Amino acid sequence: MSTSDGAQTSQQRERATTIFEKGAPGRRAFRAPDLDVPQVDGLIPEAQRRAQPPRLPEVGEPEIVRHYVNLSKRNFDLDSGFYPLGSCTMKHNPRLHERVAALPGHARLHPLQDPRRAQGALELMFDLQQSLAEIAGLPHVSLQPSAGSHGELAGVLLTRAYHGDRGEQRTKVLAPDSSHGTNPATVTMAGYELVKVALDRAGGVDVDDLRAKADESVACLMLTNPSTLGIFDPNIEQIADIVHGVGATLYYDGANLNAIMGYSRPGDMGFDIVHFNLHKTFTQPHGGGGPGAGPIAVSDRIEPYLPRPQVVRRESENGGRPTFDLDDGGRGDSKSIGRLRGFQGNYGVFVRTYAYIRSLGGEGLQDVSEVSVLNANYLLARLREKVGDRLPLAFGERCMHEFVLSGAPIKKELGIRTLDLAKRLLDHGFHPPTVYFPLVVDEALLIEPTETETRETLDAFADAIAQIVAEAEEDPQIARNAPYTTPVRRLDEAGAAKRPRVRQEL
Amino acid sequence: MAGYTAVTAEDLAIMLDAIGVGSIEELFDAIPAGVRLDRPIDLPPGEPEQAVYAELRRLAQRNVSAEDEITFLGAGMYDHYVPSIIDMLMSRSEFLTPYTPYQPEVSQGGLQVMFEYQTAISELTGLPVSNASLYEGPSAVAAAAYLAKLVNGRPRVLVGRGVHPHSRATLETLAVGYGTEVVEIGLDDGVTDLDALHDALSDDVSAVIVQQPNFLGALEDVQAIADAAREHGAVTVCAADPLTLGVLEAPGNQGVDVCVGEGQSLGNRLDFGGPSFGFFAATEKHIRSMPGRIAGETTDVDGRRGFVLTLQTREQHIRRERATSNICTSQALNALAGVVYLSWLGRRGIVELGELMLQRAHYARETLAALDGVGKLHDRPVVREFALRLDADVDRVLERCAAAGVNAGYALGRSYDEYADGLLVAITEQRSRADIDRLADVLGAAVAAERAGAAAEVAV
Repeated sequence: MSTSDGAQTSQQRERATTIFEKGAPGRRAFRAPDLDVPQVDGLIPEAQRRAQPPRLPEVGEPEIVRHYVNLSKRNFDLDSGFYPLGSCTMKHNPRLHERVAALPGHARLHPLQDPRRAQGALELMFDLQQSLAEIAGLPHVSLQPSAGSHGELAGVLLTRAYHGDRGEQRTKVLAPDSSHGTNPATVTMAGYELVKVALDRAGGVDVDDLRAKADESVACLMLTNPSTLGIFDPNIEQIADIVHGVGATLYYDGANLNAIMGYSRPGDMGFDIVHFNLHKTFTQPHGGGGPGAGPIAVSDRIEPYLPRPQVVRRESENGGRPTFDLDDGGRGDSKSIGRLRGFQGNYGVFVRTYAYIRSLGGEGLQDVSEVSVLNANYLLARLREKVGDRLPLAFGERCMHEFVLSGAPIKKELGIRTLDLAKRLLDHGFHPPTVYFPLVVDEALLIEPTETETRETLDAFADAIAQIVAEAEEDPQIARNAPYTTPVRRLDEAGAAKRPRVRQEL
Repeated sequence: MAGYTAVTAEDLAIMLDAIGVGSIEELFDAIPAGVRLDRPIDLPPGEPEQAVYAELRRLAQRNVSAEDEITFLGAGMYDHYVPSIIDMLMSRSEFLTPYTPYQPEVSQGGLQVMFEYQTAISELTGLPVSNASLYEGPSAVAAAAYLAKLVNGRPRVLVGRGVHPHSRATLETLAVGYGTEVVEIGLDDGVTDLDALHDALSDDVSAVIVQQPNFLGALEDVQAIADAAREHGAVTVCAADPLTLGVLEAPGNQGVDVCVGEGQSLGNRLDFGGPSFGFFAATEKHIRSMPGRIAGETTDVDGRRGFVLTLQTREQHIRRERATSNICTSQALNALAGVVYLSWLGRRGIVELGELMLQRAHYARETLAALDGVGKLHDRPVVREFALRLDADVDRVLERCAAAGVNAGYALGRSYDEYADGLLVAITEQRSRADIDRLADVLGAAVAAERAGAAAEVAV
């Protein structure tokens, strides 16, 4: 996308037509293999036989390719430009990972292949478990959950199993106001009541409020550290003591792990359960909304309840190389919470993560955190210097890997909202930061540059923000009506929700 | 070290100066001493790209993939051909690297793909509303049970024993959380026991869950099951195999309220079990209780057609603890593969492919069941997959077949105690008659050898 108005191509601006509106009867791409067995009629009873074939498109391969390539051009993507979406860790996706994940020995391996003939995959998964355990500072890992929210659900169900096994029926889960929406939603799905914990003036957990709410009815505290405000909670040891003091578990939302590798580990902070977002910290491409993977690491006391199957290593009895197997916990007295999904998890994501960790090593992972924090603080400094009055930092003086600005002054003084600023950024060729989250900040703008951006890019982004604010000082209407250069302009979301049209009429 | 950072010494000096600190370490001062890692992360040192490639290739070579043997293994994921355009489109930066489309003005490509995907899933399932994907099949089954819980608040779900064992296990795990009791309905001659279902149904039942075709490959009488459920006001959930829906009646036309399933067979790789996608479609009245993203059509300020994420007030980032699900990241890229695949297959292709599987599976089933020591586990109609009984130890037979380069299928005893002698065989379009004949030779010989061995052991 260009930085000036009117640069979009005619393809980007022409009326959208779906694949279902294209093609003509009789066109096709697929050619079925010849029928090489005797044809037998009546194999499906009439009542079960489909009367009307599904009205799928009728298009040839060239038409399909052109349609989807043109559609792709109506997307902004990380490979084309800066994508500082806070809490999402939009870092570069190394292409080596795509190449190795596509090797047939990985890509065409059936999930129910006999473990003796899937030793490479199981070795990879076992090694990845070990690596993640080291990074988390917690000894036991399950790779099964499919995304962060799935890992959270696993974590709260593990907590339930842990307390249940001790004969306790706890009813509440605590989470701070700044938490990701997945935390409270998970709490409900796992059958607990959510109790919100207030924040103190520095943006950390209000320890007094926590102490007041932490009692024997509390099963767990879910926490992100550094928080979604980009602040490492300095009271974390005290928080852990309070939570453990009432017998509850401490859950770590790993969305912000990118900030602390090599400096601190959730296990060292006292957390019992951690989820990783392999699609954030570990470069699995986001794919426009997945796939991801959300492995969990847990402490000794939680280990008996881990999901099954679990990848295990068996040492050879005669000094040979170890073998790897899937342990389903047997069918008897296992304390496991069971399965969270089919098969063993998003293996293709594990291959990419494994490649990433092998490429970087421990030292490289520490460099990731150092540069992500350096980049965030540098961008924060540039923005404070240029627009500090108009877009002040919401909490504190410095940040970890991301930071939250408040758009309250530009709303009050210039009459433009954070949303308008975000839309105007699109005209400058930048993906906007996360807006209106965390909820505890008025007109929030959550910015996470990541470690893979250059100083020049950060400078250009700060300049663009400054330019938009300066422009709004002159004429706020420009931002209010932005964007101008995108394939479509502001869309009627309220109308879409009022009368939902969720499929093409055929 | 092969990192992806780019801070030069000059950059560092400028940046630290702008921030007003003397070193990077200072930026981590907020981390209290008591929780600091006081040593380097203990992992092997980083390696150059070519070394990492070699390592991943070494691991790949220790796996026996569908490229290396003639495989008849299915049981939930299938070795269908993935057309080349899918690799090409999935690897385009514009689809591969964006986040969930939170800024619709610059995400029209992804949003329209979701809209088209939803249209395709609606067509396949015969249900008017589809979401934009869930993680995968079994968790989609559990999500359907949760929708039923939200809709009617009843305490119990009934699930047929023909539903994939991983789906039943996942349902058991998650139902503990939301407090639903899961009751299994047994099989009778390969399909859900309708008498048992009628006996178990009551006005306390939230949902009835069935799979079509079921895990044993058999066609269920979905209409009869849905009719029974409706009498008691329960939600009927059908876990369907999407690639059979060119020849099998759409679940939406058989009284099903929610149709879910595993999307892997639609243009996704095996990948040792994932990532693939789960699909989730329902009747109109359930749209506001659905989990996950939904793309909707709208217009922009200039009146141009466009697409947005819609009905977001169902979702966790808006509704938080009152959301219909906690799902956030799902499987958008895999769903893209799904809709590209369905476009590639096309209106005629999906019927032709279904017909081809049907005919070859029939041929294979009759050929194999005619072998000495091999019989049908049930006599029900099937499409792609069928169950056999072996008069020999199944694991040892499979081992003999594997030694001959043939993966004969899935030992049902891994999931069903009552079918310890069962073998589940899947026939995709990639298995020709010659492959099936080869399986017959190898399986026949393996069963004969095992029976001879067993007889010899008895004699000893």
